[in-house]
Amino acid sequence: MRALLLRDLRLAVRSGGGFGLGLAFFFLLSVLVPLGVGPEGGTLGRIAPGILWVGALLACLLSLDRIFALDFEDGSLDLLATAPIPLEAVVALKALAHWLVTGLPLTLLAPGLGVLLNLPPAGYGWLVLSLLLGTPALSVIGAFGAALVVGLRRGGLLLSLLVLPLYVPTLIFGAEVVRRGAEGTALATPLALLAGISLGATALLPFAAAAALRVNLR
Amino acid sequence: MEIRVDNLAVARGGVTFLQGVSFQVAPGQALILRGPNGAGKTTLLRTLAGLQPPVAGTILLAPEAAAYGAHADGLKSTLTVRENLAFWAAIHGTDTVDSAMMGMDVASLANRRAAALSAGQKRRLGLARLLVTGRPVWLLDEPTVSLDAASVALFAGVVRQHLRGGGVAIVATHVDLGLPEAAVLELAPFRVRAMVRDGFDEAFA
Repeated sequence: MRALLLRDLRLAVRSGGGFGLGLAFFFLLSVLVPLGVGPEGGTLGRIAPGILWVGALLACLLSLDRIFALDFEDGSLDLLATAPIPLEAVVALKALAHWLVTGLPLTLLAPGLGVLLNLPPAGYGWLVLSLLLGTPALSVIGAFGAALVVGLRRGGLLLSLLVLPLYVPTLIFGAEVVRRGAEGTALATPLALLAGISLGATALLPFAAAAALRVNLR
Repeated sequence: MEIRVDNLAVARGGVTFLQGVSFQVAPGQALILRGPNGAGKTTLLRTLAGLQPPVAGTILLAPEAAAYGAHADGLKSTLTVRENLAFWAAIHGTDTVDSAMMGMDVASLANRRAAALSAGQKRRLGLARLLVTGRPVWLLDEPTVSLDAASVALFAGVVRQHLRGGGVAIVATHVDLGLPEAAVLELAPFRVRAMVRDGFDEAFA
């Protein structure tokens, strides 16, 4: 199983692996929004939590269709499905690999971009914590969506339409944690809900995704 | 590892292609599937590999005993030959990468990226993958596509060695593999005459 994780990480960082794509998108968004919104009136600081979370979410979305589509095209997915590791574990490992190359770097990059967006100082810790808790859900939900559309030519559009509604709760609670954290108000409820979404998705969706893959491989 | 297939019917995309397929393969034997394009050779092999359920009939073959060699080789073009094989060896829990590279004569290419291989070399690497799975039953779909005569002979030798070790090979192919001892199953008699949908209409299900 470690071999699969290492292979996916290795493929991601080699040429054409798309490792920097999501990060670059997140970076560009956070650089361009202050230029578009303008500096005055504290507007930027107020919208910063939402912008950062939307940016992280869209950056995740960018690389989702690669999770299974590449393995499907070159035949590896058929071979993985007949390999001795359960398909549920394959899904979970691929989602983990996706998180390690998108969610985790996004989380680490976010505080730096928070400065560009004039995020209030109290919000930084919560920004990192909320992304750390929330981005795994984005990867797992995304892997489920990718499993549903695997085998479709140009499935990227359909994938976005399928996955975006499922991303909404994560976005709402994630941004709410940062907003309340920046204001210094109580945030235990959205934080617990965010963690709950991540844990629930991680526990259940690999099974759903594996079932979808089995149907699509027929 | 004996394989017994009884009255099997297989379908692709809701259309039943073959029905009433029955055969037996004993350990150490090879079976060659023949039939025109679209006869259902690939579908039959995918069903045997456990990638899709049979429409009817029984298959006496544990899916974890079978190594499936498809049209696509499952290679990653940015990984080297050795990395590709080492990955599949790790997945299957074996450590026969070096002997597999020797067996299919790709050892001299070990550190070359798969993207830089010719079609025939990729195919040899794809077949070397069978060796690292360590599985007794090989299900091969047109294994000799893009191989030259020398490589076909090399591959026949590998298959023969696999059979000598008690393995089984079921091969769908149009070309002569140079395995005169192998049994041949002609698929044409099992074809479903009228290509009708088998009573399942997705829109009204």
